[in-house]
Parts: sequence; structure tokens; C-alpha cells
Amino acid sequence: MDYFLELFLGGLTRGSIYALIALGYTMVYGIIELINFAHGEIYMIGAFTALIVISVLTMMGMNTLAILVIAGVIAVIYSSAYGYTVEKIAYKPLRNAPRLSALISAIGMSLFLQNYVLLAQTSDFLPFPNLIPDFEFMEPYAHIIGSTDIVIVITTAIVMIILTFLIKFTRIGKAMRATSQDKTMAMLTGVDVDRVISVTFIVGSATAAIGGVLIASHVGMINFYVGFIAGIKAFVAAVLGGIGSIPGAVLGSFVLGWTESFATGYISSDYEDVFAFLILVFILIFRPAGILGRSERHRV
Amino acid sequence: MEPILKVQNLSMDFGGLRALNDLDLDVISGEIVALIGPNGAGKTTFFNCITGIYPPTEGDILITPPGKKTKRINGIKPNKVTERGLARTFQNIRLFPNMTVLENVMIGHHCRMRAGILGAILKDRSTIKEEERVVENSYQILEKIGLSDFVNEFAKNLPYGAQRRLEIARAMATDPFLLLLDEPAAGMNPHETEDLDKLIKQIRDKEGISILLIEHDMKLVMSLSDRIFVVDYGKKIAQGTPAEIKNNKAVIKAYLGEDIDA
Amino acid sequence: MFLTFPIMVIRVNPIEKIIEWRWNNLILVGAGSFLISMVWRYMIERKDYGTRKAEAGEKSDQPPLIQRVMKDKRIYTPFLIIVALFACIFPFVFSMYQTNILITALIYVMLGLGLNIVVGLAGLLDLGYVAFYAVGAYTYALLNYHFGLTFWMVLPIGAGMGTLFGILLGFPVLRLRGDYLAIVTLGFGEIIRLILENWNEFSFGPSGIAQISRPSFLGMDMSVHGAIIYMYYIMIALCLFTIFFVNRLQDSRIGRAWIALREDETACQAMGIDKAKTKLTAFALGATWAGMGGVLFAAKTTFVNPASFTIWESIIILCIVVLGGMGSIVGVIVGALILILLPEYLRAFSEYRMLAFGILLVITMVFRPGGIVSDVRRIYQFKGTAETKS
Repeated sequence: MDYFLELFLGGLTRGSIYALIALGYTMVYGIIELINFAHGEIYMIGAFTALIVISVLTMMGMNTLAILVIAGVIAVIYSSAYGYTVEKIAYKPLRNAPRLSALISAIGMSLFLQNYVLLAQTSDFLPFPNLIPDFEFMEPYAHIIGSTDIVIVITTAIVMIILTFLIKFTRIGKAMRATSQDKTMAMLTGVDVDRVISVTFIVGSATAAIGGVLIASHVGMINFYVGFIAGIKAFVAAVLGGIGSIPGAVLGSFVLGWTESFATGYISSDYEDVFAFLILVFILIFRPAGILGRSERHRV
Repeated sequence: MEPILKVQNLSMDFGGLRALNDLDLDVISGEIVALIGPNGAGKTTFFNCITGIYPPTEGDILITPPGKKTKRINGIKPNKVTERGLARTFQNIRLFPNMTVLENVMIGHHCRMRAGILGAILKDRSTIKEEERVVENSYQILEKIGLSDFVNEFAKNLPYGAQRRLEIARAMATDPFLLLLDEPAAGMNPHETEDLDKLIKQIRDKEGISILLIEHDMKLVMSLSDRIFVVDYGKKIAQGTPAEIKNNKAVIKAYLGEDIDA
Repeated sequence: MFLTFPIMVIRVNPIEKIIEWRWNNLILVGAGSFLISMVWRYMIERKDYGTRKAEAGEKSDQPPLIQRVMKDKRIYTPFLIIVALFACIFPFVFSMYQTNILITALIYVMLGLGLNIVVGLAGLLDLGYVAFYAVGAYTYALLNYHFGLTFWMVLPIGAGMGTLFGILLGFPVLRLRGDYLAIVTLGFGEIIRLILENWNEFSFGPSGIAQISRPSFLGMDMSVHGAIIYMYYIMIALCLFTIFFVNRLQDSRIGRAWIALREDETACQAMGIDKAKTKLTAFALGATWAGMGGVLFAAKTTFVNPASFTIWESIIILCIVVLGGMGSIVGVIVGALILILLPEYLRAFSEYRMLAFGILLVITMVFRPGGIVSDVRRIYQFKGTAETKS
């Protein structure tokens, strides 16, 4: 039973991290119907920025909690800036082009960012310091779930709540929902669509950066390639839940997290990624729109 | 006369919304029939149901191709519908923009051609013959429609009116017995509409293809149609000859609103 | 833009607690990004100007150079002959090393043409193309290892395995639209690679299979030198075969159906084209070529392991198709030669190869979505109703 619980909670942690990244995919897709392939890279850059900041600050001798907060904030700012720039360079000029073009441009951007970090930094795995202290009250449960996991799950929950609030109740949230329904109409009613898209990219990148910092301190190491794998998995999660739908992305992430956790725990750890893709293929075959996606009708 | 298309009690639900409600319609061989109604009345949905794009919720769609048995075609795939002899055009032009005009028409021949992969590679005699026949035939259709000057032009470079005509040409290439035209005159100027009027009559008279069309241009509808069906809110509110429809109270009410006395 | 470049400036080494401050990079990046953004703005403006001009109904003055060359028989034929001659004598003029590189490039030409059927003609974005390539390579490797089958026996088998897997994957994903298709094929590609990596009993895991025999000529044993030259001519012949094949297909009933499918699925179906069947043929045929390419790859390197079949391989092939010009045979050939040969000859910059690919993809899409050589459709000529084809 403990083993089951451990796997369950492990899946929850994984799912939370996927959810943080998947949100960016789903929001961007909801608004401009583009798979932002570079999203995983944004997340990787977030983790790298955090690592750099942490290293610098540690050498200056600050205390850990302050470092964590500062690193997190700076990572979020930088990732957002990258997200914004990527959109301006690679996607905006292709707003009216065929979707295949934009998609290929996105792949190109992903390739570029990955190698940019590879060249500017290093191709080795870098150890990422775990700055989250072990909470004392967690002591009795430590064999099942670590403090880092708790922090991850809680942070994810908080981010979700903020995001839901942002989208449901603020002006920009309303504008986002309008844009995703009908871009032209939103424009006609005075929504600055370009700004909405920029904001979407910034918010998506920010959540990805939070995810990046968290997962890096969870796994303990990063390299230039982590973004791609995590990105693809998060995308799988977003598709599972029904891309374009925010609750769908969260649900899909947990489904994926649990699938991986249980499959590796009970069957074999070699095929971890295979399970992730298999479940994707199966779900898409039986429910092409994803778990919560609405099946779309093409207007003729 | 036996109708070539007979639609009975057709209903279509989108979630909770009933887009078509218990609709009946029939087309007799050699007729030009118009389907009219205010915007959003369900006309295009009706077309989509017949051509297999949406499976209807209830009702029957029966076709009787000339010289063949009556068949029910509910819910079969769009390409099968076309194979059975129903061809359509689209309200918002849907050509293949990066193919030439001729190729667009040749695509229409697709389902009447047999060549497979092997044929394409080996270019055996029957394949070459078939290709030649199709090119010839496509060109003839384009001549009839009046587009033979544009043969090698990309479809996307055609003027608007010509694109609408190309859609008709492409549909004719599938060798249909019934042509479904969805707002063929939309966006045309009066002069172009007049040409279209002649063209449609010509298709009926010379090619022997019956026509069912959706149209908002009343002048065109009145000039062309043998019979008119009027729908509103997914329900049929009237049917009859142009003269009958003109004086039908229900129709006038649907178009002009409640308050006006006819 | 300035804000986004700390990664260039600071390089940390957490293990040894060293921070390198690379201020000189900052200056470089600053100057560089300023210049690039100026050029970028200028290009965007020019492009906008171009579209506005096109919208105003003015036609561009002349067709692009390459198309003019291709249309003009007087330039085209001698050019073709020179290329052919050059291709024939190449292995005797240049070193083995060069020939080897060209063989690789030719394999990519083949793969590019195969993927071109799927992406360029039928418009189905396949990111798992490498899976079929791997299937072909392992088919040869395993059959050779276990049963000693020769290259010529396995070539058709490899192609057949490619087709089989293409159909196998094709069936479930046919219902999916563009983006979903891309991600599922990507997933499929990864599944195949992971299985090869982990199923030790079957595929010998990450260490791969070595000492696969090279193709033999009438059972003769050849020196490595001779084998490479032989391989080179096999490649040339197969490429010609591929070009012939794709060219014939493009202008056939099926080729037209693929293009129509790419242009507008709904209209395509309404014109009586069986969507599922058409997609499946495109998928299967593309996979067939990947399978063949795989066999050739295994025969050339005499060694296969899963590391050769990562997602990046798929993306390089995709780059070839996109950069060269989707749907255009000449384009794909040019694309393959540029993308494979350039990095080989610019060894000094080899680190930047993938970086450059990325930039190239973005720039091509933004400024020249049609690729270097855009697709030319066949021209038919008519005199009255009697027609003659050009």
C-alpha cells in the first residue's frame, strides 16, 4: 500500500510539473492555434537562468530562501522576455500564413534556442542545488513523499488558482477568451489582439519558468536538452486533456503523471517514455479531441 | 415523375440546437429547384447533410440516379455521395488555390478514373488514354463555363466571379445527375449574375443535370427556378412555383418580420 | 533584446564554483543584435511591400531565376548533361572521403524525396519519419546478422517493411488533423527508438549492430575502396529511380489527389476523393522510401545503433524538404545537397550546424515560405479543342 501511495504521489508531482508547462502550450494553442514547439526551450532557459542566479548569489553568501525567491523571480522575468521575443520574431510574421509554415518556424526556433544554450553554456549536465529545505513536520512521511514534492504540488495549485482568476475575472482574461473565440471579431470590438497574444506568451512562459525551477530542484540536474523532452511530454499532456482547454491540460498532466509513475513502478522503468507516447496514441485514436476537448466541427 | 432526390423528415441537431426540423424536399429530373430563407435558416446545413458532411439526426435522404434504383444515402461519406452522382459547390469558395484551373477540374474527374500507383509509374496505355481523355474533357467543361482562357492559371489568381464559375466546373467534372449550388451568385455584380443565370440554365438544358441551389438574389431565384422551397428556423414554411412564393404570406412574414401586413 | 542575453555572458560551473564573466560577449551580442534587428526590420518591410504590391494586382516582373532556367530548354538540357557527367566521374576525380560524403547526401536526397510525398504533396506533417528509416536499417542489420542475407535481397524487404509500418501507423492517425498528426508521428518515432534502445535481446540495445556487410557485386569480394565506389553508383541509380518515380506520381491521378488534399480537405472529399485511402497511400509510399534509405544507410556505415535515429534526424529531413521547396523535386535535391554538404565542408563551424538549421528554418518560413525552388505545376497547351501537351 505504501508503494502504491508513493507511486500515486510521485505521479502527482510529475503531473504538477507537466501541468505548469502544459498550460503554456494550451493557452497559446487556444489563442493562435499553434503548437509552440519552442515552449520547452523557454522552460529550459528558465531553469538555466535560475541556476546562474543561484550560483552567483550563493557565492555572494545569501541565505537559501532569499536566493530561491530571487532566482525564481528572475527566471520568470527572463523566460517571459524570451517568450515574448520568440513570438515577435518567429510567429508574428506568419500570423496569416498556412499553419504548417508557423509550425515549422516553431520547430526552427526550438532548434535554435537549444543549440544557443548548448553553445553559450555547456552540453554537460549541470547539478542544480536543491534549495528547498526538508520540513520538519514532514519527517514521518519522508519515505513516501519529499518536501520538494509538496512544494511543487502546492505551487502548482497556487499558479492554477491565479491563472483561473486571471482568465475568468480580469479585463485581459476576457480579451483572451474573446480572441480565442474569434480573432477578427475581437479586433473589431476593440481588443488589441497583438497585445493579447503577447500577454499569452508571457504568462505561458512565466508558468513554464516556475515549472523549470521546480523540476530542476526536484531532479537535481539540468542540461540544454531537458526542455525538449519535458516540452514534448507536457505537450502530450495538453493534447491528452484536449488542447486549448486549461482544465483539460491540468487533467491530462495528472493522467500522464500517474500513467508514467505506475507504469514505471509496476512494469518496467526502461520504457517510461514509451508509455507516455502510447497513452497519447490510444487517447487520440479513441477521442481525437482529447479528454475534455470539444469535438470541433469545421464550418463549411 | 419520380423524384431523383427525395428528402423526408430530415432533422439535424447540434447539441441541443435543432438546426433542421422535419424537412421535406424533392427534386424531379430536369428541374431547377431553389432553397431560400433568411440567414441562419439552416440552408447550408441542409446541403451538408445531403452531401454527407454531417450525418443527419433523423430522416431519410433517397436518391434515384437516372436508370438506377432508389438508394438511401444517409450518413455515407462525402466522397461516396459524390461518386453516386451528387456534386456540390461551397458558399465560401473552396478551390485548390495552388493548383491550376485545369487541375482543379481534373480533380473533379478523380472518382471516375481508375489509374492506380502502378499505372502512374509505368504509364501503360490505358493510363495514358485515361489521362488524355480527362484533360480533353476538362478543357471542354472549361470552355462551356467560359474559363478556357485561364487553363494554366493558378486558381488563386482568378478574379472572384471566375472562381465561383470554376467551382461549378469542378463539380460538373464529377459527372453528376444533380448539382447542388450554395449561393453561386454571392458577391457577383449584376452583369456577372446575368451570365450565371444563362450558365445554369444551359447546364440544365444541354447537360441534362438537375440543379438544387441556395441563393439570396431573389431576381436570380425567380428567373431560374421551377419550384422554390422556403425554410426558416430549420423548418419548411412554404413551397411552390415562383409566382406562388411571391404572394405567400408566411414567406413575406419570415423575410420582413411580424408587423408588416402583406 | 538586450535583456535576453545573460546566458551568453555568464557561464557558471557549479561544480567548481567558478563564474566566468564574459563581458566581451555582451559587446558582441549587443552589436550583433542591433545589426540583425535592422536587417530584420528592413526585410519585413520589403516583404510587406511585396504583398501589398501583389494585392494591388501588379504581377511580379519575371519568374524567379531558377524557374526561368528550368523552363528554358536551351539552358536546362546542357545543364543536366553537365550534372550527369560530373556525377559519373565524381568518384574518380575526388577522394574517397568526398565520395563518402556525397553518398550520405544522396541518401538524404532519397529520404527527402520520400518525405516530400508525405509533407510536400499530401500536406501531412510527419515528424516521425526517422522511425521508418530505422525500421529499414534494422531490417538489413538483423537479417544480415542472423541469416546472412545480402544487400540486394534485403533492399526490397526493407522497403516492404517500411510500407508495412507506414500502413500500420497510418491507420490510427488518419483521423487526426495537422498538429495532432505531427505530435503522434513524433511520438511514434520516439517509441521505435526507445524500443530499439531497450530491447536488448532483439536489437542489441544502445550498442547497436556492427559489421554489416556492404553490397556485393556478383558475389565478388571488393576492397573498401571498390565498395564505396560501387555504393556510390547504386545511390546514383536509386536516386534517379526515385526522381523518376516521384515525378511520374506527381502528375498522375494520385499525385493530384494528394495536392488537393493538402489544399483543402473538405473540398477534396466533396470532389469524390477518398480521404483515408489517399492519406494512407501517401504515408505508406513515404515510409517505403524511408525503409529503403535505412537499408542503404546500414549498408554504407556497416553499423547501426539507436543513436542514429533521433528526432533530430526527422527534423533534418524535414528541413531539406521545407528549405528546398515543398512539393518540388529539384528543390528537395538542392535542399539535401546544401544541408548535408555545407556542414561537411564547413567543419570549422560544425558546432553551429544545428543552430544554423534552426535559424534557417525560421528565416525560410518568414521570408520565403515556398522554399528555394517553389513548386512548378505542369502547363498544358491547347489549340482549339485539340490539345497537345508540353
